[in-house]
Amino acid sequence: MSLFNIFNVAGSAMSAQSQRLNVVSSNIANADSATSADGKTYRAKQVVFAAVPTSNAAAAGVKVQQVVEDASPLKKVYDPKHPQADENGYVSMPNVNVVEEMVNMISASRSYQSNVETMNTAKNMLLKTLTLGQ
Amino acid sequence: MIGKLDETLRFNELALSLRAQRQQLLASNIANADTPNYKARDVDFSKALQGVVARKGAPAQGELVKTAAAHLSAQGQPTIGGMTPQYRTTIQGSVDGNTVDMDVERNQYADNAVRYEAGLTMISHQIKNLLTAIQGQ
Repeated sequence: MSLFNIFNVAGSAMSAQSQRLNVVSSNIANADSATSADGKTYRAKQVVFAAVPTSNAAAAGVKVQQVVEDASPLKKVYDPKHPQADENGYVSMPNVNVVEEMVNMISASRSYQSNVETMNTAKNMLLKTLTLGQ
Repeated sequence: MIGKLDETLRFNELALSLRAQRQQLLASNIANADTPNYKARDVDFSKALQGVVARKGAPAQGELVKTAAAHLSAQGQPTIGGMTPQYRTTIQGSVDGNTVDMDVERNQYADNAVRYEAGLTMISHQIKNLLTAIQGQ
C-alpha cells in the first residue's frame, strides 16, 4: 500500500529537520562558549541532508548524512583578563552567526510543519479509504 | 459475475492506485525540499492513466513486477504505471542545486489528495449502485 510509505517519507524528513533544529539550538546556546569538551573553541555545526531510497523506488526519504563543522575563521575578541586569552590578549570566540542560525531555525521549523501536514493529508486519505463501501 | 464486478470497478481502482503512487512521489519532493542537489519529479497523470487503462492494469512492456516481499528492487529508473517520473522544470533555481518549488509541490499535493477522495466517492457510489441492483429495493 503506497500511501503508508508516505508516513516513512514524511517521518524521515521530520526526524532530519528536528536534528537540524537540534544543531541550531546547540549553536545558539554555544554562541559565547570560548571552550568546549575538547578544550578548543566551539565551532558552529551544520547538518548535511541526503535523499535515501525507500521500499518504493520512486519515492525518496531524507536522512542527515553528516554533521559538519563550520570552517569559517573564529571571532577574535580582545579580553586580556580572560583565562583563554593568548599572549596578545585575544580570545577566540565561536564562529556562530546568530542571525544565520535564527533563519536556519525558522526554515527548519517550517519544513517540519510542511511534513506534518503531508502526513496528516495521507492519514485522512487512508481513513477515507477505510470507509469505502460503507 | 465476479469478472463483471471486477470490470466495473477496474477503472476507478486503477486511477486510485496511480493517485496513491503519485501522492507518494509528491510527498518525497516535499520531504526533500532542503536536500542539496535533489531534483523534484512528477508523472504526467493522464498519460499514465491512459497507458494503464489501455493495458487493463497489466504491467507495461519491460516493467518488472515484484510478486513477493523478498524480491529485489528493479535496477534503473522506477516507474509509476509504466511511466518514468520526469524532472520538473524550474522557474527559480537555487544555489544548492535543489529544484523543489514548495508552492508547486504543496499545490499538487493538495490537488492530488482531493482527486483521490473524488475517486473514492466514485467507487463508493458504484458500490451503492451495485448493492441496490442486487437487493432490488
